[in-house]
Amino acid sequence: MTTKSARGKGESFLSGLLRHQIVIPIAALLLLAIFNLIVDPSFFRITFGYNSAGNPVLKGYPITIIDYGTELAILAIGMTLVTAASGGQDISVGAAIAIAGSVILRILCGTGESTDGLQAPIIVAVLVACVVAMIFGAFNGALVAFFKIQPMVATLILFTAGRSIAAWINHNELPVTSDAGFKAFGNFLPGIPIPAPCFFAVGCFIVTWALLKFTNLGLYVQSVGINEKTSRLNGLNPEFIKLVTYVLLGLCVAVSGFIKVARLGTINYSVIAKDIEMDAILAVALGGNALGGGKFNMPASILGAYVIQFLTTTLYKFDVQSDALSAYKAIVVIVLVVLSAPTVREKLSTLVKKLRNTNQTVPSA
Amino acid sequence: MANHAAKSRTALGGRLRSMTDTNLLMSITIIVFVLMYLFAMIVLQKGFLKPQTLFNILNANAALIILSCGMTLVMITGGIDISVGGVTALVSMSCAVYLDYHGGSVFGSLLLALGIGLAFGLIQGYLVAFLEIQPFIVTLAGMFFARGMTTIVNTKQFNVTHEGFLRLKDARIIIPFLGSYNKRGDYIDAYIEIGVVVALLIVAILFFVLKWTKTGRNFYAVGGNKQSALMLGINVKRTVFLSHLLCGILAGIGGFVYFMHVGSGSPSHAAGAEMNAIASSIIGGTMLTGGVGNIIGTLFGVMSLALIQNIVSSIGLDQAWWTGITIAAMLCLFLVIQSVIIARRKRANLSAAAGSKE
Amino acid sequence: MREGSVLEMHGIYKSFPGVKALQNVDFRLCAGEIHALMGENGAGKSTLIKVLTGVYQKDAGEIRIEGKGTVQIRSPQEAQRAGISTVYQEISLCPNLSVAENIFLGRGEEKLLSWRKMNQQAGKLLDSLGIRVKPTQQLASCSIAVQQMVAIARAVDMDCRVLILDEPTSSLDESEVAKLFQLMRDLKKRGVGIIFVTHFLDQVYDVCDKITVLRDGKLVGEYAIENLPRVELVSKMLGKELDDMADIKNDIPVFNEEKAAPVYEVKNLSSTEGIEPFDFYIRRGEVNGFTGLLGSGRSESVRAIFGADKVTGGEVRMDGKSVKITKPIEAMKNGIGYLAEDRKRDGIIGDLSVRENIILALQVKTGFFKPFSKAQQIKFADEYIKLLDVKTASVNTPIKSLSGGNQQKVILGRWLLTHPKYLILDEPTRGIDVGTKVDIQKLVLKLASEGMSVTFISSETDEMLRTCSRLIVMRDRKQVGELTGDQLTQNTIMNTIAGGEKE
Repeated sequence: MTTKSARGKGESFLSGLLRHQIVIPIAALLLLAIFNLIVDPSFFRITFGYNSAGNPVLKGYPITIIDYGTELAILAIGMTLVTAASGGQDISVGAAIAIAGSVILRILCGTGESTDGLQAPIIVAVLVACVVAMIFGAFNGALVAFFKIQPMVATLILFTAGRSIAAWINHNELPVTSDAGFKAFGNFLPGIPIPAPCFFAVGCFIVTWALLKFTNLGLYVQSVGINEKTSRLNGLNPEFIKLVTYVLLGLCVAVSGFIKVARLGTINYSVIAKDIEMDAILAVALGGNALGGGKFNMPASILGAYVIQFLTTTLYKFDVQSDALSAYKAIVVIVLVVLSAPTVREKLSTLVKKLRNTNQTVPSA
Repeated sequence: MANHAAKSRTALGGRLRSMTDTNLLMSITIIVFVLMYLFAMIVLQKGFLKPQTLFNILNANAALIILSCGMTLVMITGGIDISVGGVTALVSMSCAVYLDYHGGSVFGSLLLALGIGLAFGLIQGYLVAFLEIQPFIVTLAGMFFARGMTTIVNTKQFNVTHEGFLRLKDARIIIPFLGSYNKRGDYIDAYIEIGVVVALLIVAILFFVLKWTKTGRNFYAVGGNKQSALMLGINVKRTVFLSHLLCGILAGIGGFVYFMHVGSGSPSHAAGAEMNAIASSIIGGTMLTGGVGNIIGTLFGVMSLALIQNIVSSIGLDQAWWTGITIAAMLCLFLVIQSVIIARRKRANLSAAAGSKE
Repeated sequence: MREGSVLEMHGIYKSFPGVKALQNVDFRLCAGEIHALMGENGAGKSTLIKVLTGVYQKDAGEIRIEGKGTVQIRSPQEAQRAGISTVYQEISLCPNLSVAENIFLGRGEEKLLSWRKMNQQAGKLLDSLGIRVKPTQQLASCSIAVQQMVAIARAVDMDCRVLILDEPTSSLDESEVAKLFQLMRDLKKRGVGIIFVTHFLDQVYDVCDKITVLRDGKLVGEYAIENLPRVELVSKMLGKELDDMADIKNDIPVFNEEKAAPVYEVKNLSSTEGIEPFDFYIRRGEVNGFTGLLGSGRSESVRAIFGADKVTGGEVRMDGKSVKITKPIEAMKNGIGYLAEDRKRDGIIGDLSVRENIILALQVKTGFFKPFSKAQQIKFADEYIKLLDVKTASVNTPIKSLSGGNQQKVILGRWLLTHPKYLILDEPTRGIDVGTKVDIQKLVLKLASEGMSVTFISSETDEMLRTCSRLIVMRDRKQVGELTGDQLTQNTIMNTIAGGEKE
């Protein structure tokens, strides 16, 4: 009797722990951290220094992860919403970032070749990029919501055309700006040793938190994602809500695009934000969110994004070529989805039960 | 009385409704292709009057036709495979490295290509069919794995110099009577490459399989309704597995044909080929939702896609970006057509069903 | 095996996480008999059938088939090979294929098809069964009834020893049902054993020879049809004497129509779901109902009232004021609540908690920018969990892990929380236990006495009689009568539903 109840308790504690989605990305994070700690503890060293412009900066791999994880984390926010509401993912975010970046540079640099001064205020460029990215988001959203096309296929259109459109916006020229004020947003703000993108990330997190806290966005998105028909009968407009999630993702894309171009002051249409859609989807999955839609956990997704960046940085550290990165990530994805597949889980749980039973019968006998 | 009325309504409701979805969507594609070609011949003239232009489209797209055939198979069962472009690149690179750096034979490289395709088909098929993981995620990972592996096999682009292979690559099959005269008045033979023959052979075989064999019809049944197919006594898992397996093998063959056409290995080869293959299948009348599609339609889908790119560039819009934009526009158009047609038909069927009840 | 049996099942057990769906069930089917399998929803009928057809694997027990001995059935194919064919309630054919293909799919050994031969054979078969459809037609373009008949034709053609008909009549009209019964009798003469699952008692007594009753996953018994009068069958299915359910009868509301003003009134309401435009009104504190057979248009009518389907016309007045109701949100803003017929599809949001499911409608009504605080949500949820006696572990339990009856109470709570003036309940008692049914009926009467107007729809007429003071009768998507006062008896309802247009 006692062993039985103890087992029941143990199980419920374990399953209770596992019920918290955020456990999955935290576990992955710890795994990576431990791996790095064993292989090379200097991975975690952070140094203080000055960059070429004389600004105080913090350096080290952890800083790199937080810095370069920004775009991914911001995209993960939008991707989580889109996934939850429409049960599919947007694979055009990389291409859309190229468009947003292209728009920003077009406005800042004008039509001429590379210029030193800016042709327009940065805020104007960003706002226009936001509008453009949201319009493209709305295009994707409309195909998904009103024409009922599977999200991944609907966004295939922009995925195919996006980088071409980006090139077309600047007539295939590569505008370059060396304006320090603009580039500071992608690197370091004067006098602040923390990378500037981190502030964007924090800003986005706060806005998202507020959006989920002070509006019904979360409830509506989850309801629509879980049961569209019921949602409609409870007064929601599922099509509109899906559309809104894609528009919000568009906004995330614009912010990410801005940071991306601000880092370099230029754009390479075919390379910028390459394969980022894969990373963003992976972040959502790693956050333990069902890719088929429904309930979501935003902090878990965001943490998932940083885990991916952690993985990327770790691989870079081991001199893996950037083009070869995807092979390793693919393996991580497969392991992840295989482990989370319902059929595999079922088998695993029966296996665990069997093991436990044998363990428990042995001492009592 | 009621029966009578219903009868006349179905007669009026037209041939269209009695046509299967597959045939309807395929007809649209073929009509669009023919109209576009006529337009090109009449308005643009130039090369479009020469048969060789058509053959060149085939030569350049033989690999894509094969990839699209595999994609169509998977899509008919309700899945999707976006690893085909990556597999193509991996096959080209592996074969190139094998031929030039390891002194391999042409036959050996063909086996290598098939082996890679088979491996992708087996693993992806197993994950999708038996572990029931979303095909998109599985093949997305497959695509990234293949692209990454291509770089790991060799980072740089290089042209193959293996003699036997070059002979094969330059082999041309002359088509009699369809040649043309150049400006100096010399007769130039019309030709196709070996890859085209392979592609057309595969189209023919798959057309036969899908139309006349039980296995082929099972693909449609599974795509139409998995649950029903199971109840009707079809081995759904095996069918889904088979579709991915075939798609993988076809990606291997397509990769080799691609390799024969370009004669080099490069990590950036066949970039976006998966998207072109999906687009071709959709334009060819394959429904994303599964259960509807046709190999002949797919052939015309590839040809339409290639044709419109040719037309766009001969109009003078020859910058690189127009290609992407045109494909996307065409894909968008056909997706919307599909979604509208299906919505229409659903409504028509509903009222027909209600009507017959009266 | 006993003499004459084609199929015997012994000691079948099957459980799912948390539910014992079948416990020690025996079943025996003789050659040439039509055997009804009866039970309430959740009694285990469909589980038993799914075990027999290889969709589920039994946990324990034995299945024997005449001439084959004990068989293991692990998949639908194996069931087919063992001579067991099934026609399901929901059409399980492929809509994208032709009629002929659907008949021959997944059968036979030859690898290649001959379309000509297949179409010919299908044509012959369909002719012999009197089904009028072209073999080459795409299945999706046939009416539901024809699709159902095609499924039966397929089963018939498979030369089966055991034919299972799982609620095949729910989408068929009278003449089609008659045709089906003729078919069943023909097959019976050929020595086929038929298992017939239906909810329609009339049909059971029309065509069956034996009845096996299940309740709560256990076998109640096997009876010859002549030894089991209807009343007894019903009480065996429910596990209660009929009197248990009669106590509520005393509370029949005395509703005085003259005094109350109409809360809701509509003229010429129509929707895209093909109902005849109709007029309708309900007064304050009134309970009325739509009755009619399945598919008669009763659900479509209330859906049009709520704006759940696309409304195509009609003048709506609430409390005498003209309003526009074309979408659910507009109906909600005007104080209408609607509990939908299909709980799983249109009622619950499965993965969300009981709390979120309760507050959803009110939250949507309140607005996007005014979310309730967590404390407020819990207060609302607790209030209705207590009021309706919902059995749930906590307010944060996902609703999908509750039993059907408790899910229904949660959804009911959701609408009560919006404090509607007018509440529409479409089959609120379907698939839930008798106790909860009575609770819900009592609640409806209590709400009405407090001034709420309620439209109540149920497949069980006695339930309607107990709650409603006015019944609107529907047939073939038309209103064909309105019954009040003394007219409210089983007989008048049946007669009005059947109609006077007998040929």
